[in-house]
Formats: sequence, structure tokens, C-alpha cells
Amino acid sequence: MENLISLFVESVFVNNILLAYFLGMCSFLAVSKRVDTAIGLGLAVIFVEVITVPVNWAIYHYLLAPGALAWAGLPDVDLSFLGFISYIAVIAALVQLVEMVIDRYSPALYSALGIFLPLIAVNCAILGASLFMVEREYTFTESAVFGLGSGVGFALAIAAMAAIREKLRYSHIPEGLRGLGITMLITGLMAMAFMSFSGISL
Amino acid sequence: MSLLSKKNMVFLKDPLMDNNPISTQVLGICSALAVTVQLQTAIVMSIAVISVISISNVLISLIRNKVPSNIRIIIELAIIASLVILVDQVLKAFLYDISKQLSVFVGLIITNCIVLGRAEAFALQNKPWPSFLDGVGNGLGYSMILIVVAFGRELLGSGTLFGFQVIPDAAYAAGYQNMGLMVLAPGAFILLGLIIWVQRTITGTVAD
Repeated sequence: MENLISLFVESVFVNNILLAYFLGMCSFLAVSKRVDTAIGLGLAVIFVEVITVPVNWAIYHYLLAPGALAWAGLPDVDLSFLGFISYIAVIAALVQLVEMVIDRYSPALYSALGIFLPLIAVNCAILGASLFMVEREYTFTESAVFGLGSGVGFALAIAAMAAIREKLRYSHIPEGLRGLGITMLITGLMAMAFMSFSGISL
Repeated sequence: MSLLSKKNMVFLKDPLMDNNPISTQVLGICSALAVTVQLQTAIVMSIAVISVISISNVLISLIRNKVPSNIRIIIELAIIASLVILVDQVLKAFLYDISKQLSVFVGLIITNCIVLGRAEAFALQNKPWPSFLDGVGNGLGYSMILIVVAFGRELLGSGTLFGFQVIPDAAYAAGYQNMGLMVLAPGAFILLGLIIWVQRTITGTVAD
């Protein structure tokens, strides 16, 4: 249990998927103009991450890993090269599902997220979390906690960024730096602030 | 019409500066930052991205009139994912050490917005040859930023280029120190922010 809590804290703060691994930058930059849409996207990402990482864990361990098909009488088969395409298929299908649910229950959020909802499918943070899960050899529970943690980390970063950018609208910024440039610099400062968590261990 | 006519060269040149995928279109930033601690990984990554984006553009352009538009995204993703699997296997076979360093980021070419973005925005409306040039051009524009960021980070962060030491020992003896921040994540963000500033000042792009 302790190890799970420490994994969660680590994936939210110390190894924040966005600020330490640069994953999910595209939607981070594009959707962080207003706080409410940013929080909406953050919640959608948390939701998709919590489901996809464990599902992809099961797919990897029962279908793709070397020797994983032993239960089907094929102990010598190694399908791990099919990993990328199966993960992305799971993610794309789930995003479609989330899109339908949001459209049904919160049309306002649906129209606010607009094009970025289908783009969650190509959000690097989601695929990245699945790939890290395989590379770091997490167990099933660990993968669920890691999915939640990296989703929360992404949501936290994007909400904070949106709040900063709302205030930023009133400040004088050199012309060439406006928009993307200043956003990258602020992200750098935020990443620096998050690095100060790195001494923490539970 | 010749293959490298003026009109076609525009597809190749435009994404290099005026319409750079990273600094102007804001696409594909994720991988741009993660692989730039060293020049070597940045260059391998650039080659991988150029090959994936140009081949996927050609393939998607070839089938553009046969695919119903409501299932096009999944078909594009399937094509891109297959190409990335190929690249990943080639890297594992011939450049195992670098493929270990790139770790998950080769796989993440699938979700690199540049590849899907060009497929959607260009390859679906154009013939294979211009699509190929557009793919190579955007790949090169991406590589250019990648290599500039990697150059700065490796030089300032570790005092090396391609793994060879370039800052003389005398400088270290005189009190020069490597800038540890550049190797870490914040260095990448700040350096890219500054590069975008310089580039937008030159091209005169002003964001809202």
C-alpha cells in the first residue's frame, strides 16, 4: 500500500508526465487559454488514462508479451512488436466512447473541448503512459495507480498553466515572444518548481 | 510539369522557416524536447520522423479517394502505427543502444501531431508527389529545431558535441561549470521558448 501511495505521489509531482517527460505538450499548449476548458480536458485525460493503462496492461501480459500466449498453448510466440498498434487501437476506441458520454451528459463541455476531444487519441500523454507501464514492468495495481497519477499530474499542470495565462493577458510581452514563446518559458519555470519535489520520498 | 518545379519546391521550403511545424504550427512538441539531451539521439529521431512522415503522406495520398471520410482517422493511425513499428524494429536491429536511449519516444512518433496533422491537412487533398515533398519538408523543419535545441543543450549542459568534449579543460580549470539545468526538463522548455522568440522575430509572425 505504501509503495502505491509513493508511486502515486511520484507520478503526480516528481515525474510529472508533462513537465518531466514532455508528454501531452500539444494539447497542453492549445487548450490552456481558459481555466474551465483546461479543467475539463484534464478530467477527460484522467478518465481515459485510468482505463487505458490497465487495459493495455492486460493486453500486453495476456496477449503480446513473450510467452504470454501460453494459456492458448502457444508458449513460443512473441507478439510484443504489435504493441504500438494495439495500444493505439484501445485508446482510439475509448476516446470515442468518452466523446459519446460527454456529448450526452455535458453538451457545454463537449462544445468547449471541440476538436481537442478526438485529439486525446493522439495525446502523447496517454500512449506514453501505456508505453512507460510496459517499460517499467508495473504490476496490474501499479499500472492502475500510475494511470491515475499521470492523469492527475497532467490535469494539475494544465489547470495551473491556464490560470497563469489568464492573468498574462494583461501584461506587456515583446511581440515575437507572445503566444507560444512566453508559454514555453513559463512551462520551463513551472518544471523548475516541480523539480523541487524531487527530494520527497514516502 | 517537372518534378522539382517552383511550385513543388514551395512545399519543400515553406515548412523550413515561414511555416515551421514546431514553432509556427505548434505541432509535435512532445518528442522535440525529450530526445534533445544529446545531438546523436536528436539526429536519429529526426531521420525516423522524416521517413515516417514522408512515407505515410505518400500512402495516405494514394488511397485518399478510396477511403470514406468517417473512418479516415483510424485508417491513418493504422498506417502510421505500422510504419512506426517498422522504424522501431529497424532501430532495435541496427542501433540498439540509441533505441534504448530513445525508449518510449520512438513509439510516440505515432501520436506526434505533425504526422497525423500533415496527413489530414495535406495528403488527403493532394497527389502523392507533392505530398511526399510536403512530408520531407515538414520533417526537415522539425529536424532543424530539434538539432538546434540539442546542440544548445548538449553544449551547455555537458560541454560535449556528439559525445566529444569541446569545452577545453583549461576552461574548467578556470572555473567554468556545465549548466546542469540544461540537461533537465526546464532547460529544454526555456531554450525552445527562446528559439521560438528569435525565429518569430525574424519571420515577423505575431500571435494573438
